[in-house]
Amino acid sequence: MTVQSGGGASLLRFGVIVFPGTNCDADTYHVLDRVLNAPVEYVWHAATQIPAVDCLVLPGGFSYGDYLRAGAIARFSPIMQAVSRFAADGGLVLGICNGFQVLCEAGLLPGALLPNDCLQFRCQWQDFRVESSDTPFTLTAQPGQVLHMPIAHGEGRYYADPAVLRQLKDRDGVILRYCAPDGSLDPSANPNGSLEAIAGICNEGRNVFGLMPHPERCSELELGGIDGLTIFRSLIEYRRNVEPSLVGVKRD
Amino acid sequence: MTELIANEMTSDTLIDDATLSEIAVTRDEFWMIVKRLGRLPNDVELGMFGAMWSEHCGYKNSRPLLRNFPTTGPRVIQGPGENAGVVDVGDGLAIVMKVESHNHPSAVEPFQGAATGVGGIIRDIFTMGARPIAILDSLRFGELSEGRTRYLFDGVVAGIAHYGNSLGVPTVGGEVAFAAAYAENPLVNAMAVGVIDARKLVSARATGVGNLLVLVGADTGRDGIHGCSGLASRELSETSEDQRPTVQVGNPFLEKLLIEACLELHQSGVIVGMQDLGAAGITSAVVEAASKGESGVEIDVQKVSRRAVGMTAYDVMLSESQERMLVVVKPESVASVQAIFDRWSLHADVIGRVTADGVVRVRDGETVVAEVPAWMLAEAPTYRREGKRPGWLDEPMPTIPPDPDRPGAVLHRVLRFPDIANKRAVFRRYDWSVQTNTLLGPGQSDAAVLRLKGTGKAIALTIDGNGRYCYLDPYRGGAIAVAEAARNVVCSGAEPIAATDCLNFGNPEKPEVYYQLEEAIRGMSDACRALGTPIVSGNVSLYNESNGRAIYPTPIVGTLGLLEDARWRTTAGFQSAGDRVVLLGSDEGDGLGGSAYLAERGYLVGPAPRLDLNRERAVQQLCLAAIRNGLIRSAHDVADGGIATALAESCLLGGIGFVGTAPAGEDPYRWLFNEAQSRIVVSVRSSDVAAVLDLAREAGVPARELGVVEGERLTLDGWLSENLADLADSWALDGA
Repeated sequence: MTVQSGGGASLLRFGVIVFPGTNCDADTYHVLDRVLNAPVEYVWHAATQIPAVDCLVLPGGFSYGDYLRAGAIARFSPIMQAVSRFAADGGLVLGICNGFQVLCEAGLLPGALLPNDCLQFRCQWQDFRVESSDTPFTLTAQPGQVLHMPIAHGEGRYYADPAVLRQLKDRDGVILRYCAPDGSLDPSANPNGSLEAIAGICNEGRNVFGLMPHPERCSELELGGIDGLTIFRSLIEYRRNVEPSLVGVKRD
Repeated sequence: MTELIANEMTSDTLIDDATLSEIAVTRDEFWMIVKRLGRLPNDVELGMFGAMWSEHCGYKNSRPLLRNFPTTGPRVIQGPGENAGVVDVGDGLAIVMKVESHNHPSAVEPFQGAATGVGGIIRDIFTMGARPIAILDSLRFGELSEGRTRYLFDGVVAGIAHYGNSLGVPTVGGEVAFAAAYAENPLVNAMAVGVIDARKLVSARATGVGNLLVLVGADTGRDGIHGCSGLASRELSETSEDQRPTVQVGNPFLEKLLIEACLELHQSGVIVGMQDLGAAGITSAVVEAASKGESGVEIDVQKVSRRAVGMTAYDVMLSESQERMLVVVKPESVASVQAIFDRWSLHADVIGRVTADGVVRVRDGETVVAEVPAWMLAEAPTYRREGKRPGWLDEPMPTIPPDPDRPGAVLHRVLRFPDIANKRAVFRRYDWSVQTNTLLGPGQSDAAVLRLKGTGKAIALTIDGNGRYCYLDPYRGGAIAVAEAARNVVCSGAEPIAATDCLNFGNPEKPEVYYQLEEAIRGMSDACRALGTPIVSGNVSLYNESNGRAIYPTPIVGTLGLLEDARWRTTAGFQSAGDRVVLLGSDEGDGLGGSAYLAERGYLVGPAPRLDLNRERAVQQLCLAAIRNGLIRSAHDVADGGIATALAESCLLGGIGFVGTAPAGEDPYRWLFNEAQSRIVVSVRSSDVAAVLDLAREAGVPARELGVVEGERLTLDGWLSENLADLADSWALDGA
């Protein structure tokens, strides 16, 4: 399965950051390269310059072992200063799972991700309600649409203090919430005790997005679902808005 | 010296019992060492012998018996003898696999014991140059109602999750069972699987005189000294808790770096040989590398980076610090090797070199502290013992009073039995979807199915064993372990092509235990030959006893299957209303012996189910043929809990009911819950029933239609009709 890509100039170029202990880098690269046919390269944690890419992905894993607190060490990686500058310049930054944790620790996203309330790791399929399609990461989704994606984390309980939370909501910064299959906010559908069932948020500039589920694990039909493509296709579509053309999914 | 040897029987004053006990060497073995050396060993040498001659490293009791296993076949690239077995799956790819125990460390420190068990078996995989792609585990604990069982169970699961999840290697399958016999001596068997370009295997050989030995990864500490000899190779006792310091502490982050660095090193083509450090640490690694390479090695313990001050040469040689790797490289590659390890922030020490004299020589700076020909250490003495058929096998079976409950209520009881209860509460703590190869994860099919990216093929993996059957009949139990694992793989749509095993038994010095070991291996070997799954690697864990009581003899089998077309993958749950349910195989003549049903009632009563290997092979081939012809919508083998459990699980996994008619003239309890082998419950489109029955007839396999998939109840008219939601409640593992 490939997303049809148009001329070279309109292709969104991806960089996948690799910290020591990152373990979803190859999975993310595989989807971008093999499924979406997008130009993609790895970016090493020790680098101080971002290569010529449009979107940086901070993939899942256990950066630096996550022994202190998930993402707490990775924020001090040389590359993170460059990521901050890249984001400040309007570059697209997508943090998946551990990447989301790193973005929170680095202050690029508000709030924190605490240990799951069950105090155990959780790996399972989960439903997510899209709260806003007004981001480059969700623009092909409808608000209220339910996405079915896997989670795999031990520290995914979103928390922010009341002032930060209010600010986040006021600016429409909550992008994904854990939900029941019909889209309702059922407490039993919240796998980790996240505040207000928050599973994904964006920054004020709407160019930095962090989410706990793994879209790269659900971008091929044989893996049980392709809702993860909604995120990646939105990015490609966003780029294409500059040079509109049809984006379609077809079987190989 | 000769005089000294001549006087051996009277020279016991040369070494005291306490020293021998510490290194787990018998007095006879001590004298064998003296004879081989032609002199007395010094302390370092004696410690090295103790480790290498431990049951864990030296397979003293099991080696002669293991020769019975079939280990070759057209797909076998590497059988037992290297760090893991290697199996050709076509397209230039090979699968590397092995299972290993970490029972005693987990008994005294469940979290770290299990975690380092995963770490150790994963190292065996990437030591071969393969990328680890899957973990499976087989666990045994005491009764779940015991507080200590819950502590051990939770600690072991948390340890496996901690290590595997952090590494990014999915835990895709496993099994767990509970019985009082495992209360003080739980079993933690971890299996790892990797994939490699079949032309690029790495060997554990130290070859090429002058080549350098590079020790990479963690610094060496005092942890785990005597782990393999003092802990793994003797019975547990009330003082075993004191041995907690001999359990190593795992660092999955370091192992992740080690995986990436070693695989990058492998890609760069500079590796001459590679050997991981596990049991017996540096000693085992250098001895194995030298003996396999038919060379010698010389190392200097002062070159080994340490994490503790004041460590002696003895400590360094016997430390079992985790996450270390020994790499053999040419002198001219050292700079590029260092560069790769630097990039991964790992430090690498050149600790020695390959020599021509066949001797393992250990220096502490200028002083030679050990000098022993490699073969003397590598070739532990082996013991062929006399087995004795245990008395209980021939005792008359007690009569069992009638069950007070109706069949439907019994089904609830059986589903609630912890061995059978749904293990979702366990596997959702494991990352089973990382690496994006898991087409069928835990609990979806009888085996996990993983794609081989870019080939259209997939592999199926399972791990299985049944201690009850083996206790009641070790030959049958061994054979059934192999047969059931192969059948699981078949139910997922794959052809079984190879197996790996872990033999968990009691103290082999007891004739009854030795008999169990011998018979189980004979049963496994016969089944492996009949079903086409050679044993390509394995591990033996003996002395699984506590306070003089042995565990059930528990051979665990991990089986690899191949799906030439990944689309053949098949789940265990019923699919759609209107599909027909067909039973392949039959239960003629089998009773309830060895069943989970009787175990749930508190009876361990035989005889264990019979196994006709010709029938088994025919049923497996029939099921595979039907799957490949697109006739099968779901397949689930009849195992623990009998046909009632198989039907209930297919309903619960598919979220849809079943209606059938109870067979006439049968005892409901026997029919519903007996565990006759070689049976598979399949569902098929109604239009395909005739085709499946025709195939069965051609294969000479009895088959009959049981009923239809529909509704929200499991009904066998006349016997039981249970609501699925209620069955689901009973099936949930209590308190996990």
